Amino acid sequence: MDKKRIYADNAATTKLSPAVLQDMMPYLTDVYGNPSSLYSVGAQAKKAVELAREDIAKVFGAQPSEIFFTSGGSEADNWAIKGIAEAMAKKGKKHIISSKFEHHAVLHSLDALAKKGFEITLLDVHENGIVRPEELEAAIREDTALVTIMYANNEIGTIQPISEIGAICKKHGVIFHTDAVQAVGNVNINVKEQNIDLMSLTGHKFHGPKGCGALYVRKGLRPDILIDGGAQERGRRAGTENVAGIVGLASALKLAVSTMEERNKRLTELRDYLIDDLLKIERSRVNGDRVHRLPGNVNMCFEGIEGESLLLMLDLNGVCASSGSACTSGSLDPSHVLLSIGLPHEIAHGSLRLSFSDDTTKEDVEYIARTIPPIIDRLRAMSPLWEHIKENEKKGIV
Amino acid sequence: MAYSEKVMDHFANPRNVGEIENADGIGEVGNSKCGDIMKMYIKVNGGIITDVKFKTFGCGAAIATSSMATELIKGKSIEEALKLTNKAVMEALDGLPPVKVHCSVLAEQAIKAALSDYYRKLGVDPEPIVGKIEECDHEEGCACEL
Repeated sequence: MDKKRIYADNAATTKLSPAVLQDMMPYLTDVYGNPSSLYSVGAQAKKAVELAREDIAKVFGAQPSEIFFTSGGSEADNWAIKGIAEAMAKKGKKHIISSKFEHHAVLHSLDALAKKGFEITLLDVHENGIVRPEELEAAIREDTALVTIMYANNEIGTIQPISEIGAICKKHGVIFHTDAVQAVGNVNINVKEQNIDLMSLTGHKFHGPKGCGALYVRKGLRPDILIDGGAQERGRRAGTENVAGIVGLASALKLAVSTMEERNKRLTELRDYLIDDLLKIERSRVNGDRVHRLPGNVNMCFEGIEGESLLLMLDLNGVCASSGSACTSGSLDPSHVLLSIGLPHEIAHGSLRLSFSDDTTKEDVEYIARTIPPIIDRLRAMSPLWEHIKENEKKGIV
Repeated sequence: MAYSEKVMDHFANPRNVGEIENADGIGEVGNSKCGDIMKMYIKVNGGIITDVKFKTFGCGAAIATSSMATELIKGKSIEEALKLTNKAVMEALDGLPPVKVHCSVLAEQAIKAALSDYYRKLGVDPEPIVGKIEECDHEEGCACEL
């Protein structure tokens, strides 16, 4: 068997860039001081943290004082949502609008708030996996405290109309948070122009280190504190700074943004090539809008097979991918994202996500395109579900 | 998800895949909504299961447990096949991750379903011999899960 390994699960996480590691190294070795200390090795660390903050702010058109470092995307989402909800509840506003296919960091935060008496409206994302701004506007009430809509979906890669949503929220004076974990490094984001009030991001989705993210909080907003403790992050997020992680986050972000245009062009071509090729497979479909979609995201369903089997077969052939089947989600139901775009359970079980990065080559994608069809044939040949589908076809039931 | 080497072997090289023409018994369990269906075909001669084949729609564990279950009953008497438990299938595979235990239950049920069909074809009520096969109530969120 081929010993190759093609990593096509970059929406899960990415490989740390060697250049980013190099930037981080001094802060994992010599510059070990606590940024809160006065002596020089602490001051050096502090300086690195503040430079990183400036770099990150600049990328999004924000002020450095509006960037707060967190342990990653989940913490940023939890803080933004719970923090704003609790702060606004004091003003009597306890209604939150979100969408059905948010990341669990958002949905489970909302579940926790619902138990505390908040009212949650989850917008439909329709067949194409995109929130409709007019439906969002119609859902806004007097007591709406927050709108939280992801920038791009983590499974099907659909990009949401964030500028339009931002404008609507501004018009109605509602705070707007976006979970931009999947979008950062793939789309141009300007928090001021797009009227984004809070935004979550994490470094490991664009070749930075795991365990370090950030929350942008527009000046003047004060979400309640999530992590109590020391006076780090101007007293709003306690805990000794992950200095090397913060340096790596900024370094990876600058790199991702500076190479974005070229990468997007290349990955969009590879994505469209693979989707077109895989669509030649009988009873296959693309999940989510084909145009308003992250450049490196391919998400498809193949009827009559189950996603985990497909992943294991791909792994045996050296391809790392993911699926939204129940067996891979660790629950009894297939992915809530696939169900939210209206897929029936039996089709959602046969889903496959392939996600690319800078490291993905044309040869990789061609190999994937060659490898998948025989695997599907093999799994279908032993699938009673496929047998039923074919029998129904003969009977004229589609 | 960590599968044992045996599970991966039976997944990558499943034994007894296919159908049997003019099978003496055919059993199908599971449903597409839950994400796994097993179909088992048996040939019986003089109370011995002389041949068995399967087709499975499902995850790696579903395919591996079907494959192992067919190996464990091939050439055995009906009495022995009826005694096969999901636990024995799991043990033969060097264990399954906890969330996959239901796959082994499905394999046990598939054999029983095929034997029930065999008895029904003979005009014998299978329930006193084979017992009742629990249907998955997926309205309850795939309650076939243990």
